[in-house]
Amino acid sequence: MKLLPLFTVIFVLSTALLAANEPNVPEKITDVETIVNKANFVAYYQGNDGKANVKMTITDKKGQARLREFNILRTDVKDGGDQKYYVYFLRPADVRKMVFMVHKHADIEKDDDRWLYLPALDLVRRIAASDKRTSFVGSDFLYEDVSGRNLAEDTHELTKTTDKYYIVRNVPKKPDTVEFSYFDVSIDQKTFVPMKMEFYDKDKKLYRIIESLKVETIEAKEGEKVHKFPTVVKSAVSDLNTGSKTEMEFTNVQYNINLEDIFTERYLRRPPREAER
Amino acid sequence: MIHYKGFVVAVLVLALPLQVMAEEDNVSDLDLLFSNLDIHGFYEIRSGYRTRKDKYEKDMSIMEQRLQIDLSSYLDWADFKVKGDIIGDLVEEQADFDLREAYIFSRPFDFMDLKVGRQILTWGTGDLVFINDLFGKDWQSFFIGRDTEYLKAPSDAAKISLFSKLVNIDIVYTPQFDPDRFITGERLSYWNSNFGRLAGRDAVVRSDKPDNWFGDDEIAVRLYKNINNYEYAVYGYRGFWKSPGGQNLSIAKAIFPDLNVYGASVRGSVGKGIGNLEFGYYESDNDQSGKDGNINNSELRLLAGYTQEIGKDFTAGLQYYIEHMLDYSRYRDSSPSGLNRDRNRHLITVRLTKLLMNQNLRCSLFTYFSPSDKDVYMRPNINYKVSDNLAVEAGANIFFGDYPDTFFGQFKNNTNIYTGLRYSF
Repeated sequence: MKLLPLFTVIFVLSTALLAANEPNVPEKITDVETIVNKANFVAYYQGNDGKANVKMTITDKKGQARLREFNILRTDVKDGGDQKYYVYFLRPADVRKMVFMVHKHADIEKDDDRWLYLPALDLVRRIAASDKRTSFVGSDFLYEDVSGRNLAEDTHELTKTTDKYYIVRNVPKKPDTVEFSYFDVSIDQKTFVPMKMEFYDKDKKLYRIIESLKVETIEAKEGEKVHKFPTVVKSAVSDLNTGSKTEMEFTNVQYNINLEDIFTERYLRRPPREAER
Repeated sequence: MIHYKGFVVAVLVLALPLQVMAEEDNVSDLDLLFSNLDIHGFYEIRSGYRTRKDKYEKDMSIMEQRLQIDLSSYLDWADFKVKGDIIGDLVEEQADFDLREAYIFSRPFDFMDLKVGRQILTWGTGDLVFINDLFGKDWQSFFIGRDTEYLKAPSDAAKISLFSKLVNIDIVYTPQFDPDRFITGERLSYWNSNFGRLAGRDAVVRSDKPDNWFGDDEIAVRLYKNINNYEYAVYGYRGFWKSPGGQNLSIAKAIFPDLNVYGASVRGSVGKGIGNLEFGYYESDNDQSGKDGNINNSELRLLAGYTQEIGKDFTAGLQYYIEHMLDYSRYRDSSPSGLNRDRNRHLITVRLTKLLMNQNLRCSLFTYFSPSDKDVYMRPNINYKVSDNLAVEAGANIFFGDYPDTFFGQFKNNTNIYTGLRYSF
């Protein structure tokens, strides 16, 4: 009788070791909802909170470049649910120290709450913008690319499983509210990082591509535990119709920084040090 | 006009950290202050002309170069900021220095923020309509086509903010009354009720400004709370009418009678847009009964607004605003001149803003329309960002009116067009 638990332990240990000896062979998942949920989590919800410095280079078809630089802070109200974002602009000079704040709502019926703070006027403005598919700060990234498209907006279908990727097709439930007819996402099987998103217009023609160009593993502590978060640190979006392209680079990425509730009017009017530096 | 008070504030703000450091005999803090120093600003040229002949003013409505220098730095315990404009003004033919901001900000406790010095202050829910925001406005800059940021005139004040779960409180104490930069006739012609005609540089408004330190002070308070992203606030103000609110006939000067204001506001999402409601009771303290025709009547002011995105990068805002005189019959009986204003001044504003060319081109039109005064003020503006540093713009300030003495109608001859170029660094 006493041998049984011992055997169990040995068995469990050996299988664990065997599994460890065979890396890079994750079990293929066939349930599409599991895949998109994991990918959504990896793309937008890792850690309890986080920050990064972001540099955006917008290059139009004539090759003229414009630069945006901002620090972004994020906290999750609920994993996979509501979130708050705080964006502190550093460049260009005319928007320096402006703050953009979002309380993102997972409820599909509820618009996000957005604020803008204009320091030269000491003005806290509420932004009335219900359309999430408008450009984020004049770049080729849309507001929805930055804050995450609600999974409930689309139906998901696993169209292909390659050696490295799950290819998921996303079809909008309300096609008249968006400019695409569907988009395909290539999700890394190991990390669940969405590596490529391809948008097709109403004529089923590819017109917009978002790519993850560089992924790094960022370590973050949670109590005594150390988490490893695969993180896109360089991405690019190309608009094939306009010939415009935007590259986004993330540096100084940190997770679990124990942000206080800075997503309020107090910190809009006077940014926290975490946002400024 | 050099604002000497600005220099005093700037020197104080700059001297304080140095003083503290000297006491601590800590040279590295000074080094830190300089190494943390951030220098920004812009250079701007702006020119504009009247489109109608105005016999009381120059044809040039604006003709200036402006260099704004913005210095900021920080230490562990505070942030420092000094921002000022050096202006070469060809309309008034003078050089000027306008200190916009010079303050120290500190977060001494988790529940408290402190900002002391010259600062721009704004609160309330209106869009270019103000009820409970009784911080200084610069109407002259607004009407001649300077950037909208110049509508807010700085205050020399201490702002104490207290935060709690129950409610947040802002208290702004201004030890010496800071009036609006109001229309004096120097740059813009106006209705002169004593002459019963338009006037301008021939009759520049002389005013008797209350200016005793700590005697003629202002205090403004706001209590506010965010409940489910509906922003509620109540306000109180004790001070003076910010633009002349009466006249003293014996010294032939415009005066700033005592004013108390009590109000409230709420703002939040309504349908697909943002709605706001605000009201204020203006108690004209030197003329509680409304009998004195030379002092403003007490008023109720009410504002309702709604903003919504109506297309891609296209937003529309609509506001309705009313000023209701509380002792109108007494005002009529005591009014010195034949022209009386209506009891109620109704005002409707419409804002249309469209962004184009990757949001580098902004076209906007803001219109004030008063059906009771039968006057209109339109502010069309086109701004294009040529590059990250360079922006060009063109716009106009257009006034219409059926009567020569109404709020916007009196400025009819000041209708102007302008262009500007700004290099930011």
